[in-house]
Amino acid sequence: MADNRFTGTSSYIATDDLMMAVNAAVTLERPILVKGEPGTGKTQLAIEVARSLGRPLHEWHIKSTTKAQQGLYEYDAVARLRDSQLGDDRVHDIGNYIVRGKVWEAFESEQQPVLLIDEIDKADIEFPNDLLRELDRMEFYVYETKKLIKARHRPIIVITSNNEKELPDAFLRRCFFHYIKFPDKATMAEIVDVHYPDLKKDLLREALDAFYKVRDVRGLKKKPSTSELLDWIKLLLAEDIPPEVLRGGDSRKAIPPLYGALLKNEQDVHLFEQLVFLDRRTNPQ
Amino acid sequence: MLIPFFYMLREGGMKTSITELLTLLEAMKNGLAGQSVDDFYYLARASLVKNEAHLDRFDRIFGAYFKGVEDSLADLMQDIPDDWLRHQAELMLSEEERQQIEALGGFDELMKALQERLDEQDERHEGGNRWIGTAGTSPFGAYGYNPEGVRMGQQGSRNRSAVKVWDKRDYRNLDDSIELGTRNIKVALRRLRKFAREGAADQLDLDDTIDKTARNAGLLDIRMVPERHNAVKVLLCLDIGGSMDDHVRICEEMFSAARSEFKHLEYFYFHNFIYESLWKDNRRRHSEKTPTMDIAHKYGSDYKLIFVGDATMSPYEIVYAGGSVEHWNEEPGAVWIKRLLNTYPKAVWLNPEPKARWDYTPSTKLVREIMDDRMYPLTIAGLDDAIKALH
Repeated sequence: MADNRFTGTSSYIATDDLMMAVNAAVTLERPILVKGEPGTGKTQLAIEVARSLGRPLHEWHIKSTTKAQQGLYEYDAVARLRDSQLGDDRVHDIGNYIVRGKVWEAFESEQQPVLLIDEIDKADIEFPNDLLRELDRMEFYVYETKKLIKARHRPIIVITSNNEKELPDAFLRRCFFHYIKFPDKATMAEIVDVHYPDLKKDLLREALDAFYKVRDVRGLKKKPSTSELLDWIKLLLAEDIPPEVLRGGDSRKAIPPLYGALLKNEQDVHLFEQLVFLDRRTNPQ
Repeated sequence: MLIPFFYMLREGGMKTSITELLTLLEAMKNGLAGQSVDDFYYLARASLVKNEAHLDRFDRIFGAYFKGVEDSLADLMQDIPDDWLRHQAELMLSEEERQQIEALGGFDELMKALQERLDEQDERHEGGNRWIGTAGTSPFGAYGYNPEGVRMGQQGSRNRSAVKVWDKRDYRNLDDSIELGTRNIKVALRRLRKFAREGAADQLDLDDTIDKTARNAGLLDIRMVPERHNAVKVLLCLDIGGSMDDHVRICEEMFSAARSEFKHLEYFYFHNFIYESLWKDNRRRHSEKTPTMDIAHKYGSDYKLIFVGDATMSPYEIVYAGGSVEHWNEEPGAVWIKRLLNTYPKAVWLNPEPKARWDYTPSTKLVREIMDDRMYPLTIAGLDDAIKALH
């Protein structure tokens, strides 16, 4: 039990509630569904869980065209047709044309694996329903070969969603759920520290202040997230921007440098510039 | 155990299921909750709440249910520095304010009243994410009494700090109790989709033929399919502005669901009623208009026409030339909508107003007559009926 506990890693800060949700999912061998703003480390979570528990990781990235069946297996009928025309002997064994999917790979793993089902909301609306039995019983049936594939070890399944589609209730009931909320300043300082350990204290403080100020601007279409903050700090370091420049007290410099890394939407940039302009007019230096 | 809590959650409007309760109990049996209330809270949240919109509701119910447990724990621990808390609070208050507190019955009374006020406020006040508003009517606001400040004093005691976690209610602005999500609308719209391929099987289906032939180990197996109507084609006309402002949300949901569901979706906006032109971009609606006749000519009659509007206006706007509220229209709106209906025999009108209210508005009656009674409320059931009518 002791070695089965996820407590965050040297490069990933997990809050108490996140740890609890992950540990519950690991112990009860149920899937965990992770939601949250884009860029809060949902996908990263699976990678870090696998790393910290020393488990192999299988990643299944979902696209709008992905079918549930593709995660289990696919029957390559065209290859079989070609082989039959060429008189290949392989054609007699249908098993030669069954291509394994990510879920099958995870089921076959020697050691209990971590299976990441990334961005499940991208797929068709019925996709999660098609995986109910597979996630519940951790087994599926291959009709072509009439074989039942059972998981050797129930994988730790991490599912991420960006909330583009609502997920069906039957599916949700089988999962643990965690909503990664946006980190507060203290947690954020820890996160930045993990990524840039040599960052000067004053630069970090000023950067975080500026960052949260930008996040607090009302009406932004896309608020900057953790990953954008990390990118921005990387840029600040690369450009060697001194912390004084970031200080918001001087309203003429209220637009943080390199803000292109934080605001990704031209309307947001526009709005932000307008606000700064207004601010400058009301508080002339 | 936990069964009363479970029912309290359900009464609170959360769709917690038995499976989820059993999961929680199983997790507790495995010792996951440990000894701490915090851990139990996190565990219960991860297993019982499946939608971030419900997190706030869960926090409130959890807080209400376990308050008793907390209090008894507090009695046992006896290390709550009550005096210190009082001291802390008093430090922040002026002499005058302290007298006012005394008038209210002392600090303890104040705390109790505060808690009551907060509970009350939770029910009614949906806007802010602070416990106490800045409206200035609350005596607590006037005191400059800061719950954060008092709670700082509680951090020394573990079990009390646990209360904080759910009483903070970070998730409150996510809570919304909308009944129809886009998922429901999408599922309803899907019915329209499956009729995209219908009729006599008169085309060779190459993919299926290859597939079936291969499964047949090389013996040719010809598969035929009906002619492919690529997908259902939908022409959506949305009423915008004015009385429709109350229905923006449901219309947005309908629109976003339709957008992701149909490949061939064309949409236009109108204000109150259909006249000689419609537009695609509301910001440039005076400069970039599309003549209604062009629309009727451009999109074939296999398009299904869906109007979304409350049909609430003055009847003049429908039946008289020059009746439009925005411009001078040469021909009455009724003529224009009939032209569209002649081009598109499959048409419905979706009305976000509740059906019970339709009879009170003459214009709604009028539109219903023009539409041959093909007006449906913009609800899931109404959508179902509308889609049946579109076939």
